[in-house]
Amino acid sequence: MIEGLAAIYIFMLAGFTGYEIISKVPVILHTPLMSGSNFVHGIVLVGAMVALGIAETTAQQVIGFIAVLLGAGNAVGGYVVTERMLEMFRPSDKKAKGEDS
Amino acid sequence: METLIQAAYLIAAALFILGLKQMSSPVTARRGILWAGAGMVLATLATFMSPQILDSDQVSVNIGLIIIAIALGGGYAWYSGKKVAMTDMPQMIAMYNGMGGGAAAAIAAVELIKASNEAAHDVTGSATVADMLGADVAVLGILGAIIGTISFSGSIIAWAKLDGRLNRSKLLPMQHVINALLAIVTLGFGVAIYFTNSLDTIIIFYLLALVLGVFITVPVGGADMPVIISLFNALTGLAVGFEGYVLGNAAMIIAGIVVGSAGSLLTQLMATAMNRSVANVFFAGVGTDAAAATAQTAARGS
Repeated sequence: MIEGLAAIYIFMLAGFTGYEIISKVPVILHTPLMSGSNFVHGIVLVGAMVALGIAETTAQQVIGFIAVLLGAGNAVGGYVVTERMLEMFRPSDKKAKGEDS
Repeated sequence: METLIQAAYLIAAALFILGLKQMSSPVTARRGILWAGAGMVLATLATFMSPQILDSDQVSVNIGLIIIAIALGGGYAWYSGKKVAMTDMPQMIAMYNGMGGGAAAAIAAVELIKASNEAAHDVTGSATVADMLGADVAVLGILGAIIGTISFSGSIIAWAKLDGRLNRSKLLPMQHVINALLAIVTLGFGVAIYFTNSLDTIIIFYLLALVLGVFITVPVGGADMPVIISLFNALTGLAVGFEGYVLGNAAMIIAGIVVGSAGSLLTQLMATAMNRSVANVFFAGVGTDAAAATAQTAARGS
């Protein structure tokens, strides 16, 4: 599927991409951005679904179930919290955010 | 179908990157989370069509379990995320981040247990986890397991501290020496998993990693918690990326590694904004009550 050198390229380019998109971020966005990236690694839900989907024994099903449970919590919770934080960045009350960290 | 799923993952990965980019500017930040959210929904729906899942012997049971788990985990997170007060947001980020780390660690556990089971029943009788998974998958799987588990238990401690449920900042004398030893022993068990097919090794390895996450986080002062949460956020991203390689899932690799590197940089920026270095945040509060007291005062102040 994704092997060897191709995987190393993906790792490297994704690493540079992450560095690049953050490099010019204002201080008031530190916490929302942390929350946003917390949401993005909620993609672990997809892997958890596969892990539970291919489970063969009861033990594997139990661990897979926990994985999906936690992954769904990460994705949904990350979204809700980020969305609520960014609510405060409506053009009218942009300054209300202050220096919350 | 496989091509369609891969296309969905590719679009999701692109939406995550564009969403994060938009979130780094106040003007476009709100649009950013919507884009990233659309990517997540797309990737999740596509995964239900995955042939890996549909070809399983227990497909109906497993799909049922997946739906129940998503409903329970997602429902709880939705409810708690909606009702929490705005000032309590950082600890919620910590908790959701810990859940992500735990999920990555659990994925690794499924793969490692499956491999150890297969190795134990192998005809040669001396097969190891590495033989079953291949060296690259085994190494990244075990690394992802240790990072994810530390992020899980560490984030739970961070949540408890910020939520005012845990106030102590000292557990044991010479905490850092013990932490270093514990880290070495945990890594040793990680290596042992690679070279054996023993289920006990895997269980002890996870327990040690859980304790390590607790020990690392307890000494950190309350005011420094956002920096630590950001660091665990980056670590979870890294673990997700590694487990993405184990499962051969490009969307997980890209999203995980992007968060890993963005989170590392963000951790550094946050520490700099507080006139601290990341190492200082980790080691300053230890042993000196004065430093802990200063940190506590600062926590009240903010």
